[in-house]
Parts: sequence; structure tokens; C-alpha cells
Amino acid sequence: MSKQRVVVVGNGMVGHKFIDNLLQDTKADEFEIITFSEEPRLAYDRVQLSSYFTGATAADLALTDEGYYNDNGVNFVLNDKVTELNTSDNYVVTASGRKESYDKLVLATGSFPFVPPIPGNDQEHCLVYRTIEDLEAINASASQSKVGVVVGGGLLGLEAANALKAAGLETHVVEFAPRLMAVQLDEGGGNLLRRKIEDLGVNVHTEKATTEIVAGETCRYRMNFADGSHLETDMILFSAGIRPQDELARQFDLEIGERGGIVVNDFCQTNVDNVYAIGECALWGGRIFGLVAPGYTMAKVAVSHITGGEEKFLGADMSTKLKLLGVDVASIGDAHGNTPGAQSYTYNDEIEQVYKRLIVSEDGKKVLGAVLVGDVDAYGNLLQMMLNDMDLPENPAGLILPNTGGEEAMGLGVDALPETAQICSCYDVTKGDIMAAVANGCTDMAAIKGETKASTGCGGCAALTKQVLDAELANLGYEVKNDICEHFAYSRKELADIIRVKKIKTFDELLDSHGKGLGCDVCKPAVGSILASYWNDYVLEEEHMGLQDTNDIFLGNMQKDGTYSIVPRVAGGEITPDKLIVLGEVAKEFNLYTKVTGGQRIDLFGAQLHELPIIWKKLVDAGFETGHAYGKSVRTVKSCVGSTWCRYGVNDSVGFAINIEDRYKGLRSPHKLKFAVSGCTRECAEAQCKDVGVIATENGWNLYVCGNGGMRPRHADLFATDLDDDTLIKYVDRFLMFYIRTADRLQRTSVWLENLEGGLDYLKEVIIDDKLGLGAELEAEMAANIGNYQCEWKTTVESSEKLKRFQHFINSDDTDSNLAYVVEREQRRPATKEERIQSVELVD
Amino acid sequence: MSNWITVCSENDLTPSTGICALHEGEQVAIFFCGKNKEVYAVSNFDPIGEANVLSRGIMGSIGEDVVVASPLYKQHFNLKTGECLEEPEHTLKTYPIRLEGGEVQLQAA
Ligand SMILES: Cc1cc2nc3c(=O)[nH]c(=O)nc-3n(C[C@H](O)[C@H](O)[C@H](O)COP(=O)(O)OP(=O)(O)OC[C@H]3O[C@@H](n4cnc5c(N)ncnc54)[C@H](O)[C@@H]3O)c2cc1C
Ligand code: HEM
Ligand code: SF4
Ligand code: SF4
Repeated sequence: MSKQRVVVVGNGMVGHKFIDNLLQDTKADEFEIITFSEEPRLAYDRVQLSSYFTGATAADLALTDEGYYNDNGVNFVLNDKVTELNTSDNYVVTASGRKESYDKLVLATGSFPFVPPIPGNDQEHCLVYRTIEDLEAINASASQSKVGVVVGGGLLGLEAANALKAAGLETHVVEFAPRLMAVQLDEGGGNLLRRKIEDLGVNVHTEKATTEIVAGETCRYRMNFADGSHLETDMILFSAGIRPQDELARQFDLEIGERGGIVVNDFCQTNVDNVYAIGECALWGGRIFGLVAPGYTMAKVAVSHITGGEEKFLGADMSTKLKLLGVDVASIGDAHGNTPGAQSYTYNDEIEQVYKRLIVSEDGKKVLGAVLVGDVDAYGNLLQMMLNDMDLPENPAGLILPNTGGEEAMGLGVDALPETAQICSCYDVTKGDIMAAVANGCTDMAAIKGETKASTGCGGCAALTKQVLDAELANLGYEVKNDICEHFAYSRKELADIIRVKKIKTFDELLDSHGKGLGCDVCKPAVGSILASYWNDYVLEEEHMGLQDTNDIFLGNMQKDGTYSIVPRVAGGEITPDKLIVLGEVAKEFNLYTKVTGGQRIDLFGAQLHELPIIWKKLVDAGFETGHAYGKSVRTVKSCVGSTWCRYGVNDSVGFAINIEDRYKGLRSPHKLKFAVSGCTRECAEAQCKDVGVIATENGWNLYVCGNGGMRPRHADLFATDLDDDTLIKYVDRFLMFYIRTADRLQRTSVWLENLEGGLDYLKEVIIDDKLGLGAELEAEMAANIGNYQCEWKTTVESSEKLKRFQHFINSDDTDSNLAYVVEREQRRPATKEERIQSVELVD
Repeated sequence: MSNWITVCSENDLTPSTGICALHEGEQVAIFFCGKNKEVYAVSNFDPIGEANVLSRGIMGSIGEDVVVASPLYKQHFNLKTGECLEEPEHTLKTYPIRLEGGEVQLQAA
């Protein structure tokens, strides 16, 4: 059987996608492909076009190359426009006179920029923004211009304005409508976007209809507007929308929409047999889709139909999220609230320049759309809720109020998340993927990780993945065991109780009496942490050493190349110049990459195992202590400068922060603990996103608990107000020990509280009212822990026996030869794999 | 006859933890199990994290297998066979090892 000839007119993003999909199809060898492009090159990434101005080359933008087409037998003709179409004898003719017959014809001609019919719009420095050639022309023109105007304040117009501004031109945007991005944004959103863009130095003129472009006085041209005003400029970029490129279809009798576009059905077929249209030139359901993703779907549908499949194109969601001139903007669904009966919630923060509007259905149950400007964190959630037709939580406003964009705000457990919800962003694993893995027999985290790769990237989603796993197991009728691992048939809380009540002091003792096997990397560190919480022995005692996780065992945070980072304690973030100099000197001597952490201290990276004790000896001698940055333990107490310096401060936040950091430093716990103290309600230390937050008031301190930053932010809850120092410390003692007793392994206080039966009220009863009569016991446990505090690094550098382990080889003084570094921004960092292979200039 | 090379003394081993030895130019991670008193030797290079770190991982068991967990991304490697439990396409080189007269010895190639 001879091959079917498929002719693809247009080799843009979608035309290429079609060809690529057809080549991947199992029936690929039944087809012979030939494609024509009016442009001088094969398909390139138009979406990233603007990056051409920031250094990307045509080769960087290319989506394919001639080699790939040649290897796969795709014939291509560049620089040759198809000008004639004969649908009765099935052939096309090009501008150069070439004639090709087809069995199937695919029109992927895209669209062209609309240039408003303004007299004078055809002059040399009047340009458009669509192809690489256009950009070359813009570059050339900009280099001879001082002032540039973009006509059109939509998505593309603002992208173009950014390019002009980056080229150093005085930049103006002229928009016919009363606001920017009129399609995607409502009035409030458009206004804020305008303010932000003007703050960046771009001049915005709305409600301006250009009547003519004439010779200018101070610049090359002058634009005259209908309202009598005018603007002088050296160049003009038209970005007033796109029009489907339907010229061929028009001339040769394919069905065309009233306002242009080649009419197609759900299979992307035109009204003529064997002729398809896909991408921006196609009109489906009366709509043109000016984004690349719907075009790609059409390409897939057309391939399916041509190869005998039945996939359909059923429209596409046009929600968008992007950064325009550095401003975050998102638009979801019915952004204008055009749906009959639609209601909305609006949040408008003029200080922080954040605007959010949530449009909900008449009955207040569903998301219809949203506009987000300045803060688009809620985009993912809202889009998921809309696409999955999920019910809104009780208080929908929470979805757009600050710091409540996380899942908590949705008031939903994992069960309510749709199957399409992305759980692991590193490997794009959805809830559905995890459910499928469970159905295929994965019943623990190790199996889920192996099967889906979820939480094997940065690991930030581990807790969420586990919750989905547990929920799914429960749904499938498995008994969800909270056993910490196969070696102990107990939860972390039960193990903590056993250890505390039976006064068990070592892991082996616990394993012999309550466990089996050898233990593993789950139970060992968990038990190590519980032992340390209650008895606070030196963690590197022989019987505890093997329990310590990656970081604890060498008292440093292991980095990707196996070296460590060093973080000395800087209580409250207060440090003397002399100590700062010591840190600088040590960093210099050992060539350590230096960075300020989010916890107001200084992190020195890249220390090798054998260097750790030498470095720490110097630091200990200079009066530093370990910062426990490596431990699941109390990290830092961040503070603002407070009343000693700040004009607004009402109490000494630094002094109090140092106090509590000294009290709780190094306390081992189910997960890390972060504190902060602010000197007044302005809250510069951001205490309300911490496990324990303290804010000064006129009458004492307000205590907040169970906040969290990180991957699932949670605002802390106000726990008690106007406390004196001693009461606050008493509460915190009890709170921390109660958490240590009852939390799951690796459960932050935020999640712990969410899962605590009775919630915040119950916690208050236990801590403040001492309902369980545990108060004194918890305080005594804390006192014992504090009494046993030692700086682990001090103990270590003083023990020659322990120091033996701090060398790479037991039998040689050599160091790890696999380490390699390059210099970036004047400091070294680990070389990437590519850099190693290319052996760019490496440093020690 | 095979030759055994002493890399360190038994006293250098801490139960249930690893150490790294330089053996004929290769980095070998050596583990000592406090319970069954056995020693294990595998390559120190973590093929997934691509760094010489396995001797610093936590030792334990999964079912009957004695394993070490990578300190970087926590995959488990069987200390007897070198096989990675989560990603079986990766296998560590293993080395014959013995305790002899208070010394830890690896076999010469
Ligand atoms: C600056 C810019 C930024 C963008 N940003 C985004 C974004 O962030 N997100 C997004 O989703 N989309 C974005 N888009 C839109 C996206 O690029 C288009 O949706 C996509 O390129 C459409 O693909 P297409 O194949 O339908 O059309 P095109 O990529 O335009 O390809 C059509 C090709 O056909 C050729 N052609 C036309 N007629 C003929 C003929 N008769 N004979 C031969 N060849 C012909 C044309 O020269 C062209 O090469 C952006 C577009 C631009 C210009
Ligand atoms: C005169 C009053 C103020 C003074 C002297 C002051 C001082 C400071 C200083 C010195 C820092 C830097 C801390 C660091 O780098 O770690 C800081 C950070 C901060 N300030 Fe202020 N500030 C004042 C008012 C405010 C107000 C009114 C707010 C909030 C509305 C605020 C919010 C913040 C925040 C959120 C940070 C943390 C930024 C970060 O983590 O990098 N500040 N402030
Ligand atoms: S430091 Fe934290 S947020 Fe940054 S890359 Fe590492 S895990 Fe991710
Ligand atoms: S929280 Fe109050 S006291 Fe502290 S720095 Fe900010 S304004 Fe000053």
C-alpha cells in the first residue's frame, strides 16, 4: 500500500506539534509528510519570543531542527508561502510555483498581528511583534530611537513594552479601552496593574484612539488622538490583537466564521473532506484560541482522527498566570463575572499593591472565576476548584485573604482534593497518580516513592503524599496503621510514652523489648529524637550515634555533594562586630560559601568532613555555640530590633528573643521548631508564621502558636494575650513538651494542631487550664532537658575519640577526590554534572 | 590464593554505623552490625545522589535484608548484594570483607 500524503501548511508551534505527534504514532510509517513555511526557519517557541531580547538566540528558541525532520523523512520547504488550494483535485500551489498533491491537508497557519487602519501606519518605524524577523526589526529600530510607543495594552502589548523599556527607551502604552488587559482583568485589577506598571516607569495612556501618525517635532513621529491630544515618538509597535490567518480558506471556499477563523468541528475537520485546521487559525464553537496549549490539543486531535482515532477537541480553559514587567497577574475563568447572578468577593490592599477578586456562582457554592494582581499564590487552588467544580468552603473570602492561599484555607482534607491536584511539583505527581499507585499495591511511602517518584525531589510534599496515601488506604478499606515502621508496632506517640514511662535510655533497649529486626532510617532517628527530648544525652554517645540522621551524625547539614554547612547560633539575630569578623575570617580561611539564612544567622557552606572539627574549634574558642541547624530541634528565635532602637517598639524584643533562644536551644523535637519575637504589633519579625510567636503589647506579650512558613504556610493562632515573661515561659514549656509527647514523627506544630482532637480550644485547656493535670510534669521535663544542655560541638572538639570519625577515610588522610567547584558571583559552588563533563575551569 | 588487606582495626568500627576506607584507589563504605556482628562492604558512591556519602547513611533492615539508607535522598541499598530497593537499575559494587584477628580486611583484586 502506498503511503498517504499529509501536507501541513504552516510550520509554527502547532504545525510542528502535529508533525511530531504523527511521527510518534504507531501508524507513523503509513504517512508521508510535507510541510511549508512562509518563515525562513522551522518552528520555534513563539511563547518565549521575548527572551530573544534578553539573549536567547534563534537556535535557543528552535523547537526542532532540519536534522530531525530529515532523519524522520519529513519533507519541508521554507520561505515558500502556500498561495493556492484546490480541494476538488486535492493539491496546493506555492508562491514559487511548486505544486503538491495531498491525501490529507492540515492548515496550521496561525494568526497575524492586527494593525489598526490608521493613516501613516505603514512607515518605516511602525512595527509588529510576532516573528523573529519582527524582533530583529524592533532591535534595529530601537537602536535609532529614544522614545517608543506600544499600541495596545493587552498581554502581548505589555510584553512588547517590557522589551522597549529594556532597550532603554522612554516607553508608552496607548490603549483604546479604559484599562489594561481588558480581556483578562476587571476594573480593579486593571487599575492596580496600571499603577504598578507606571511605578516601573512605563507611561500608560488609556481611552486613546489614534487618528493619524504624522511627522513629529521633537521625535520622528507624532500620534494624534481623537480627543485632541498627541504623543511624540520615534517608533511604534502595534499590538492591537491578532487575527486568524485564514486567507487561503477564504479564497478557496472553506467555511469561515463571521469575524474570521476557519470553522472546524470537534475533530478539527473543516467543512471540506480531508482538510483540517488547527491552532490559532481554527474557529471552534465560535471561538479562536490564542494560546498554545489549546493548539497543541487540536494537533493531537487531528492526528488521532487521521490515524483512525476518536479523540475530540472540546474547548479549552483560557485561564492564565504570568509575569508582566515583573508584575504577577492571573486571570481565571469568568473574570468579569458575566455569568448571570454571579457574585464576588474583593480584596484590595493599596499599601501592598495586591488586588484579588473571586467570582462565585449565584448560590455562592462554586468558583466561576478570579482576577489576581500582585499576589497570585491562590491561582493553583482556585483553578483546581473551578476546573473540578468543587464546592467552596464555608468562608470563601478566606481563599483570597492574605496568607490563606494554602490548602487549610479551603477547609478541606485531602479527600476533597480532586484527582488532578498536583501533590509533588518536582515530579508533577497528581493525587490521581498516587491513588493509582495505591490501587496497584503500593501501601507504604517507600513503595509510593518508588512507583511515582512523589516526594523524592525536595521532599517538601512528603507529609501531603502520606496523607493522600493514608486516605486512599482507608477508602480502600485497609486498616491504616500508624506504626512508625516495620520494626515497631507503635506510633511515634506510643513510643514516646513507652520511653518516658519505662525510662528507656537506648535504642537497643527499646528494640529488644518492643521491636524486631535491626531498625531503619525511619525509626532510628525518631527514637533518637525522643531519647534526646527526654534525657538529652550527648547525641554522639556510642549507643546513640547510629540513630542519628544524615545531618545529626556529623552535626552539620549535608549538602548535595556530601560536604556540610556550618551554622553557629546567633541568638535573637544579635551579633557583635567582632564575632562577625570571626565568621568572616573562618569563611575566608576555608573558602566557605557564605549566605545569610532566613533565621537571621550566617550559613557557611562547603566544609569537608575533616574540616568540621577544625572550623568548630575556632568558632567555639571565639565563643560560638552550635546552632543545631542540622537537628529536628529548636532552630532560631528571630527578632526585630524592638524598643531599644525602634521608634515604635513597646518592649525589648531582642532581649526576650535571646532569653528564650537560650532557654530552648537545641531541644530535640518531632520536627524543627522556629520562634520569633516582635517588639510591637507592626510585627517585623513575622512571628505569626512561626511555631511559637511572641508579639509585644502595651501590657506584656501576646503568644501565638502553631504557625508555619515553608511549603504549607499557616497563620499562627493567638493563644494568650498580655502575658508577663514568666507566664509566657511557663506556657511555652508546657506547649513544647506536650507537642513532643503527642506529635507524629516529622509533624510540624501546624499539622499537629490541625489533627489534634478538640483543636485550639483543647490545647488551651491543657496548657492554660491544666485540664489533664500534666502542667507540673511537663515543666519538670523541660527543666530536666534544659539542665542537661551541652553544646554538642564543644563536647565533640574536646573528645579525641569522637574526632576520629571526622575524616573521609579511616585509613588515609586523603580527601574526597570527587568534589569539584566553580566560582559564581565571587564565591564557589558545586560544579554541575555538565560542568564536570565539559571540565570548565574548576577550583578547589 | 587471595590476599587480604587490612584497612583498619575492629576498634575503629562503631556498631550500626559506617566508615569509609580507601582500598586500591576506590572508596569503600564499611558497615558493622552490632547485633549479628557481621561486616559489609559496598561502594561509597551513591549513584543516585552522585556523591561519596553512603558510609554516612543509617544502617538498618527491611524485611530480611540488611540495608543502608542514602543520607542524601534516602533510597535503600542491600548491603549484601548492593541492589537498590527503590530503583533496582542501580546496584552498588560489593567487596569481600572479613574480620581477622581484630582487624578489618578487604580482599585484594
Ligand atoms: C510575543 C508572543 C508571546 C506569546 N506568549 C504566549 C504565552 O505566554 N502563552 C501562550 O499560550 N501563548 C502565547 N503566545 C501565543 C502562541 O505563540 C500561539 O498561540 C501559537 O504560536 C500558535 O501556534 P500556531 O501554530 O497556531 O501559529 P504560529 O506559531 O503563528 O504558526 C503559523 C505559521 O504558519 C505560517 N504560515 C501562515 N500562512 C502560511 C501559508 N499560507 N503558507 C505557509 N506558511 C504559512 C506562518 O508564517 C507561521 O510560521 C504568544 C505569542 C506571541 C507572539
Ligand atoms: C521605624 C520602623 C521600622 C524599622 C526601624 C524597621 C527595621 C527593620 C529592619 C532593620 C529590618 C531588617 C531585618 C533583617 O534584615 O533581618 C526589617 C525587616 C522587616 N520589616 Fe521593618 N522596620 C520598621 C517598620 C516596619 C513596618 C511598619 C513593617 C510592616 C508593616 C515592617 C516589616 C518588616 C518585615 C516584614 C521585615 C522582614 C523582611 C525580611 O525578612 O527580610 N517593618 N525592618
Ligand atoms: S533550601 Fe529549602 S526551599 Fe530551597 S531548594 Fe532547598 S529544600 Fe527547597
Ligand atoms: S515590630 Fe515594632 S518594634 Fe519591632 S521593628 Fe517593627 S515596628 Fe519596631
